[in-house]
Amino acid sequence: MIKKTLTFALMDAPYESANLTTAFRILDAAARRGHAINVFAYEGAAALAFTRQSPHPNPVHGKNLAEENHPTTKDQVAALLAEAARNGGKIDWVNCGMCVDERGVNEFVPGTRRGSPADFQTFLDASDNTLVIPTK
Amino acid sequence: MENYLLIESRDPFESNDVVYYYELSKGLVEAGNEVTLFLVQNGVLAARPSAHSAALSALCQSGVKVLADNFSLAERGISKLAEGIVAAPIDVIVDHLAAGHKTLWH
Amino acid sequence: MAKKSLNIVESAYRAVMEEQDDTILWLVAAMQGAGGSHTVVLRGNAVNYAIAGQGAPGLTVGEWKQSQAPRMDRDVADLIENRKIPVYVVEEDLAERGIAHDELVSGVKLVSRRALPRLFAEYEIISHW
Repeated sequence: MIKKTLTFALMDAPYESANLTTAFRILDAAARRGHAINVFAYEGAAALAFTRQSPHPNPVHGKNLAEENHPTTKDQVAALLAEAARNGGKIDWVNCGMCVDERGVNEFVPGTRRGSPADFQTFLDASDNTLVIPTK
Repeated sequence: MENYLLIESRDPFESNDVVYYYELSKGLVEAGNEVTLFLVQNGVLAARPSAHSAALSALCQSGVKVLADNFSLAERGISKLAEGIVAAPIDVIVDHLAAGHKTLWH
Repeated sequence: MAKKSLNIVESAYRAVMEEQDDTILWLVAAMQGAGGSHTVVLRGNAVNYAIAGQGAPGLTVGEWKQSQAPRMDRDVADLIENRKIPVYVVEEDLAERGIAHDELVSGVKLVSRRALPRLFAEYEIISHW
């Protein structure tokens, strides 16, 4: 299979939209195929890779921390990076710097980086294709 | 002639803006393009046979390929689909992107 | 050379006061400054951005007062005049909202919904925001 360079723009914050579930499924599928993937994490999505997220138990359902095994997007981002590497691809995950600053989410999963709209422009011009997943 | 993938995440029960997107897909076909409309998330709610699914079946008749995401269908317990609509895996989106098809999300 | 990119903007007044910008128009302007070749289509409620003379006073919360309230009409004009980003507005969306053409900032171009497929053919990248 010919490997391509694909760019994605994400905007939704963690835990607020079904869009992110679909986005991670698409990214996972692309990573499994070994494509080179660029992600521009804009606005709320700048928090997806924030390392200070913590899982929690679920007292409503009587589950302790381990039993609930609550997802965190930082773990999903880390898993995505690993999956891409395992399949001969790579991910350049850029967190929009001003979005990071205004949200105070400036500690990222290793392998992701701070960036700017200039990075997204570079991605657009250097990619085989682009998908923007907007927020509502 | 170009290929387009239009991803629809919204449903007509909550948003009347899906009409614009359905009509855009038809307009792109009429302009000579190959168009796939891929329903995801609540967008698949319109795929269940109902008064609203007729619009999607009509799109199929007019040449739009209408797919519904397997995962979203299972999540919502939808097993029977309106005429012309086919269940599909999320990989289809990656296929289209890798093939260079213009891909939009609504 | 930058790829020609069409940006369809439909979400309107989402976090505009907090961000003091529409974050998509802002992003497109920033990318244009980074060497991009962008065009904007305002559709749905976002056609309202093109109405001249709009703008609320800044937010006040207790003693906190916003000093840089956004003005979407000025931002649309800025895209056109200063950043050389063509801005289209979907005619049918204006009509459905009771907006007359003479209410719009100067320089916006009108496009029919029916003409969008032809417009799409002119661009390498189409982003639906």
